[in-house]
Amino acid sequence: MKRVGVFLCWCGSNIAAHVDLDRVQEMSEDLGNVVHVQQNKYMCSEPGQETVRKAIQRHGLDRVVIAACSPRMHERTFRRTVEGAGLNPYLLEIANVREHCSWVHPDKETGTPVAIDLVRTAVAKAVQDVPLQSSYAGVEKRALVIGGGIAGIQAALDIAGSGYEVVLVEREPTIGGRMAQLDKTFPTLDCSSCILTPKMVEVSQDPRIRLLTYAEVESLAGYVGNFEARIRLKARSVDFVKCTGCGDCWNKCPYRTPGEFDLGLGKRKAIFIPFPQAIPSKPTIDRDTCAYFQKNGKCQVCKKFCQAGAIDFEQTDEILEEKFGAVVVATGFDLWDHARYGEYGAGEHPDVISSLELERLLSASGPSDGHLKRPSDGREPKRVVFIQCVGSRDEAKGVGYCSKICCMYTAKHAIMLKEKIPDSQAFVFYIDVRTPGKNYEEFYRRATVEAGAQYIRGRVSRIYLRGKQLVVVGEDTLLGQKVEVEADLVVLASAVVSRADAPQVAQKLGFSYDNYGFFTEAHPKLAPVETNTAGIFLAGACQGPKDIPETVAQAGAAAAKVVRLFAKDKLETEPMVARVDPEHCAGCQWCRPICPYQAIGMETLTERPGGRRVTRRVARVNTSLCHGCGACSVACRSGAMNLLGFSNEQLWAEVEALCL
Amino acid sequence: MPLAEVEPKIVAFFCNWCSYAGADLAGTSRIQYPPSVRIIRVPCSGRVNPRFILRAFQLGADGVLVAGCHPGDCHYSTGNYFSRRRLSLLRRFLAYLGIDERRFRVRWISASEGPRFAETVKEMTEELRQLGPAQKVAATSVD
Repeated sequence: MKRVGVFLCWCGSNIAAHVDLDRVQEMSEDLGNVVHVQQNKYMCSEPGQETVRKAIQRHGLDRVVIAACSPRMHERTFRRTVEGAGLNPYLLEIANVREHCSWVHPDKETGTPVAIDLVRTAVAKAVQDVPLQSSYAGVEKRALVIGGGIAGIQAALDIAGSGYEVVLVEREPTIGGRMAQLDKTFPTLDCSSCILTPKMVEVSQDPRIRLLTYAEVESLAGYVGNFEARIRLKARSVDFVKCTGCGDCWNKCPYRTPGEFDLGLGKRKAIFIPFPQAIPSKPTIDRDTCAYFQKNGKCQVCKKFCQAGAIDFEQTDEILEEKFGAVVVATGFDLWDHARYGEYGAGEHPDVISSLELERLLSASGPSDGHLKRPSDGREPKRVVFIQCVGSRDEAKGVGYCSKICCMYTAKHAIMLKEKIPDSQAFVFYIDVRTPGKNYEEFYRRATVEAGAQYIRGRVSRIYLRGKQLVVVGEDTLLGQKVEVEADLVVLASAVVSRADAPQVAQKLGFSYDNYGFFTEAHPKLAPVETNTAGIFLAGACQGPKDIPETVAQAGAAAAKVVRLFAKDKLETEPMVARVDPEHCAGCQWCRPICPYQAIGMETLTERPGGRRVTRRVARVNTSLCHGCGACSVACRSGAMNLLGFSNEQLWAEVEALCL
Repeated sequence: MPLAEVEPKIVAFFCNWCSYAGADLAGTSRIQYPPSVRIIRVPCSGRVNPRFILRAFQLGADGVLVAGCHPGDCHYSTGNYFSRRRLSLLRRFLAYLGIDERRFRVRWISASEGPRFAETVKEMTEELRQLGPAQKVAATSVD
């Protein structure tokens, strides 16, 4: 006979208004093993928790069931509560009567029987609970930061600044990311490179940061505190130890190709650094463009001119295997490809460009040296039309969300345009102008009042060529009439979308992503930088559209979480792991290949049945490798494998209680 | 018994990382669905032993729903692949046991798919109403 206490939380009115808790209480009192039932308005509050602790002591409870919100919300809280009363924290079960009952069955007559079932099931499981003990594992105090944009840079600097080693992995030949491509930043009009490059230099000079550019993480195994990463360093065909970064090679290289950094608007050489302030400031050979690789060893101009002898055509990819205690993922975003908007010219008009392309055209280090010229004929555009929400807030195009940064950068573009070309006129087609942020509304005012941008509320239906003239046709919904604007240049605020390979990255690293490919935080409010995999944190736009200040703040938060992990020498491991009953194990080893973590090994048992010495092989679970998925427990034919916390007995009891 | 008035009972096994969170999201978003489903939380759909499902049917559950992360997205990398194979095998076995296979569904529901979860419950409840109450096979444990 167990002594179960049932605690029914009102959650203010969230539960109490939709579930007849008095009826639930009556039913609970009639259940076997239940010796105490109590209600509280807020069980998670300190007084609420205190009532639980007091009841445990007063009634000698040895199992606790709390009917409240989802266990994903407060299981941890209540585990600590019961522990505070001297009970093993795993002798607690939660009946999810809020998310799975009161919030979805608001009618009392409907909700109450569901709540009764859920409580009864939780009690049945609790009766089968057994005390579990945590074990402890060491922490590898080095962090892996994936992505070298402003988010990754900030996270790396913050972690290193706290005294821990960091390996920063960037897929491109330089760090800097999207922010390096921007000309100015809102709402201050700071020059983007001027505030970013000092941080990039800081990364390269910090002795605790090891920078791996032109590199990719191939796989990640292990668990919090003890990850093992495989990192591929792609062959750059340049020996970085010898290279001085003098620039002779890329000045002499005769082969050109559209540069990725300038989004194809300018050209770069086959051996190149993406932009003048690139970190590292040493070049990479793009083998797809280089004549040596494309034309059987011809050319070799760079090798001839390199006085340091750093060109190494034979270089191969290198694989690094490193251990880490925590990972920060900061892989950034892409822009939605506006070629999918047929009505906006399907990417056919050279003078219909994306906002990021405009950034490159405005930038002093861009393909036009900061002189705004339109791509088709190099003329200075006088009438520029900006179109907001291209893809964003458009379910038909598959992007339902607001990209958040476009209203502000369009205001910036309008101001920049006026500054560069004083006799120009900006037109902005918008749905709503959203300016939540410090000094943002003021900045938008500046675009309208000082820069004289003309904001037109409405969507653009078509962009077409009338002779050689681009014409933008839209609707002014405030005036209720059709508008046509002749434009020299059209700039599209294309939606911020997740990286094309974001799902693959999430699968490789082992956390989840949403329908749009953005990485999912563990909790939208209370754990916005954690993933649901312990030890892996998120920073920046890979988690959702964000501007620079938010990204920097999130990166700092992720770094703080990493540092918090590293502040401990031992980490408590989850005790809900698989366990073998050696009595029943037949040693068939079916459990071993099903384990994704290679956590099951074999051991030899020596027994003396009837005085005769017999040895046999049985499975054994390495508890620090086991993640507690339970796949092995189902594969086990003799029923020797069980999963603590979700044991066969517990689940069986739950099924029986439900089908009563 | 007039079928439309009986609320069928669905025993559901939901993985903690995707589907259970998806059901939570339906709650947070206040999406209403029929009060037919009772969710048992498991760490992974790969934890669901076919015996649990058979036990539910044996005790008269009108339907059993197993939900896990989408293939490729398993929190434990491969758990849902195993459950997919295991449970398709179980489905074929159900007919042999005299259990209508329409009473058994496996769905991939991610943490952001609250509406999909609610939709699944609605559809399944509707179908179970058509099928009528299931028979309780035995009350004794098969263990």
